[in-house]
This record gives sequence, structure tokens and C-alpha cells, in this order.
Amino acid sequence: MQARTAVTIRHPVEVVYGYWRDFGNLPSFMDHLVSVEVTGNGRSRWTANAPAGRTVEWDAEVVEDKPNERIAWRSLEGSQVPNSGAVWFTPAPGDRGTEVRVELTYDPPAGALGKVVAKLFGEEPQQQVTDDLRRLKQVLETGQVVLSEASPEGTRFLRLVAQRRAQANR
Amino acid sequence: MRANCWMGKADVKVQEVPDPKILNDRDAIVRITSTAICGSDLHLYNGFIPTMRKGDILGHEFMGEVVEVGPAVSNLKVGDRVVVPFPIACGGCSACERELYSLCENSNPNAGIAEKLLGHAPAGLFGYSHMLGGYPGGQAEYARVPFADVGPIVVEDDLPDEQVLFLSDIFPTGYMGAELCDIRPGDVVAVWGAGPVGLFAMASARLLGAERVIAVDRFPYRLRRAAEHTGAEPINYEETDVAEALQWITAGRGPDACIDAVGLEAHQSNRVLHAYDRTKQVARLETDRPHALREAILSCRNGGTVSVIGAYGGFVDKFPMGSVMNRSLTIRTGQCHVQRYLRPLLERIRNREIDPSFVISHQLPLDDAPRGYELFRDKEDDCTKIVLKP
Repeated sequence: MQARTAVTIRHPVEVVYGYWRDFGNLPSFMDHLVSVEVTGNGRSRWTANAPAGRTVEWDAEVVEDKPNERIAWRSLEGSQVPNSGAVWFTPAPGDRGTEVRVELTYDPPAGALGKVVAKLFGEEPQQQVTDDLRRLKQVLETGQVVLSEASPEGTRFLRLVAQRRAQANR
Repeated sequence: MRANCWMGKADVKVQEVPDPKILNDRDAIVRITSTAICGSDLHLYNGFIPTMRKGDILGHEFMGEVVEVGPAVSNLKVGDRVVVPFPIACGGCSACERELYSLCENSNPNAGIAEKLLGHAPAGLFGYSHMLGGYPGGQAEYARVPFADVGPIVVEDDLPDEQVLFLSDIFPTGYMGAELCDIRPGDVVAVWGAGPVGLFAMASARLLGAERVIAVDRFPYRLRRAAEHTGAEPINYEETDVAEALQWITAGRGPDACIDAVGLEAHQSNRVLHAYDRTKQVARLETDRPHALREAILSCRNGGTVSVIGAYGGFVDKFPMGSVMNRSLTIRTGQCHVQRYLRPLLERIRNREIDPSFVISHQLPLDDAPRGYELFRDKEDDCTKIVLKP
């Protein structure tokens, strides 16, 4: 499965690249991630939410890092959840800031684990990655993921079809 | 707290709901002292706006006293008296930077829904469907105000609520409608819809130097109010042929600018056309009724401007694109970028250039909101604008 999307963020390339390159920041806008821990040598341990309150983990390595231009990563051989991704940063025209383009690839394994992956990355990986970039833009341009009472976690695909009432939540 | 909630078509109910809470660091909580029912609330009431949920709190025109601020709000303090603009805007995106606040790129967490219908998502609004953010509205005792460091304007106590409340929406909306006309000396401006927004458009057209202002409506009491308070020349479209009347008034030129302050629930006195549009709406082939818009376009002089501030939600049928293209018309439109107008218009109120309270016809306690909606919808009792007091 492949998913790709793009967004323009009103900050210089160095700021946006720098925020992404510190992988510990990724959970602040990638909704499905709990944590990313840098372990050294370009490697990191990623923990994500899985169904029934569990988590799933995998190790990844940086395969390319061109400062202020491109970062690419992939999960290590033998990972439960094979996936890879790349992000490009380009200065936007005029003073519009930075264009961010992301491509993610998932290879869902067969069987029960495949179901976990599907739930993990959403039935709609395209919408998932679109939401992630929307949240990145909100974090960098406003300081936080923007919440409403109907969407109290912020922009999230599955929440769009299961809105809470437009009242304060109890 | 008590709040007026949408329960279904033609069904609103004031009920006990949880008090709002700070969710984002830049939020504030406002205790509401005055709020109002808007013409666009009627589109929600009449079931024309999709993505409403039973229990949604309505209302987007409100003001009051700050009772709590989030940790990142430094421009407001508890006790400040504020008027809150109806679009929610972050202040940090490209749209906000260009003062296009109703196009804020960050304030709608449900942007994914809006994009499906509109192409791209506009800003979140207070109390106006889940497609536009799912934010509770201000027909209530309290409201959470996101981006309180961008939106609300502090107003001193010398001006009563009735004079400043309409800075939240309808005065800037009417003003922007007139401003979009790019009025030059000698211009004749025609306004369709003598409701509160239309009245402010007429008053603003005067402030901006229009030579003559014309009001088109079918309710004599609304036309009287327009004539009395804005000097507009009334045309009752059920008694007079509008196109002919405008030809006569402008000696054949047509108005230089035409303002549509009617929007999607336009009424058409030509029974055939009205029936056509109503049928298409019922069959879901057309979502909005563009009678006023069609007439505004066809009446406008060659090379003139049509300014659309009436609310539309979806798609219209039989749009006179040929008239627009062949006669070099300019169409300018948008949900009002209220934040941009707060300070300049407050200044005009202070200078006594205008007293916005002239549109108020009724004041009701919040608990009587359901009755208020009926009055407003049915135009009973010469109803123009209803202010609700929580």
C-alpha cells in the first residue's frame, strides 16, 4: 500500500526539516505513534498504538538524510510491520514557506498481523497521512493540534465519520 | 449550563449541557451577556446545511466577559469584555497573514469533510455544522473561544451590548459586502434582501459614498426600516418588476453594483421559477435557490460588480454565466473576514457614524430561543433581529 500527500507550511525549510529530523517529534503529529526513540547509528525504535489498548514496535533506520531537502527511512528486516517512508522539503514560491511532500509504503503481512497493520495505519492510509500533515502544519503554525468538541483528538479520519456532538465533552 | 441546541429540522431546544472547558492553550472561556439569531441560523433550522448532529449548540454572534484563559493567552485577562468574531482563525497561516480569516487553514479539524463538498476547507466557525469544525456555538451561557489571542476584541463599558454585539458578524458582513463593490462617487448600489445583513450593507454603502442605495424585498415593514434608517429607495418585488424599476432609476444603465444579501433560501415571486428550484431541491438535484443572485446578475450594469454575501452551501442550477461572461461582470464574495473589520468598525460606532442597534426588533431570554426562531423564520411581529439574553 502506498500513500502520499503534501502540505505547505509557513516556516523556513530549516525549521520544518529540523522538526521532522528530530524523530522524537513525530508522535506530536503522527496520530498512531506513541513514541520514537533514537537508539544511535541512524536507528530508532518506533512504538505505535495497536487495537485493544496494546502497542506494537519496530526498529527503523535512516536510509537517506539530505539536510533541508530529504529524509528517507525504512523498518529493519524482520519487523512485524514492514514500512518505509520519505519526505521532501522544498522552499515554497514567494514567502509561502516550505512545501512538504510525503510518501509512505506499507507491506501488510498476511493473516492476523495483517489485520493489525490495517487497523494500525487505518483502513485509509491515504487519509491517515493527509491528517498527519494537517496536524504537522497546525503544530508548527499554531503551536498545537487544533481541537474541537466534535473532534476532540483533532483532525483524524475515523473521527470524521463518528463525530461527537458540538457540546463540551463530559 | 443552558444552551440552545439543534435537535432536527425546525426543532431547537434549550437544555442543560456541560460547561465548556479549555482544550487548547490559546483558548479562553467567555460568559455570554448577549447573543443573537442569524439569518444563516435559519438555514440550519430549516435543514439546508448538512453535517448537523442532534444536540449541537447553535449561535455564532456573541459577546461577554472573559472568565478563564488558557496558558498561552496573554492579551486577554479575566474580566475583559469582548465581542467574538464568528470565524475561528489561528493568525499563523498564509490565509490569516493575508487577513482572509474565514479561510484560516488550521482552524477546522474536520477539514476532510469540507474538502469533499467544497474542494478545499475554509475556516472553522462557531455553531455551524461539523463540516465547519464541530465547534459549539454561542446561544448559551458560556462558550470556549479558540485562538483567543487572535479573534476577540476588547470593548470598554461605555457602549452597551446592543451597540457592539453585531461586530461579531452582521455589521462586518454587510460592510464587506459594500466594500467589495468598490464604490465610486455617483454609484448606484442595489441590495437584495432587507434583513439585518442587507440593512448593514445599505448603511455601509452610504458610509462608503454611494450616490443612491436601493433595497429589494417583499415585506413592507423591512422596506420601511431600510428607507428610514439607511435612506434606501424601496422596491417591493411582489408589486413591481425589479428589472424595470432599476432601469427607470438608473436611466437605463443598471446599478453599478448589486449586493446579494439573500443567499440560498431565496424566495421567487415568479411561481414557475420558484417551483422549478423548489422541485430540484426536494429531488436533491440542486441544493441552493439562487433567485436573488440571478436577478442581481441580470440587473447589474455592464462591467459592474455583483457582491455576494448571502450564504450558500452547495450547488445552484441555471446560473447566468453567459450574462456574467459577455458583460464583463465581476463577482466578489466570501464569508466575512470579521477579524479584519473589528477595529475600524468599532471606531465608526464610537464616532457615532452608525448605531448598529437599529436592526434590533426583539429581545428575548435565552430560554425563549425556540420561539425566537419561529418569529424570525415566519417574519412575525415585524421581526428583524432578535437578541437573546442568557
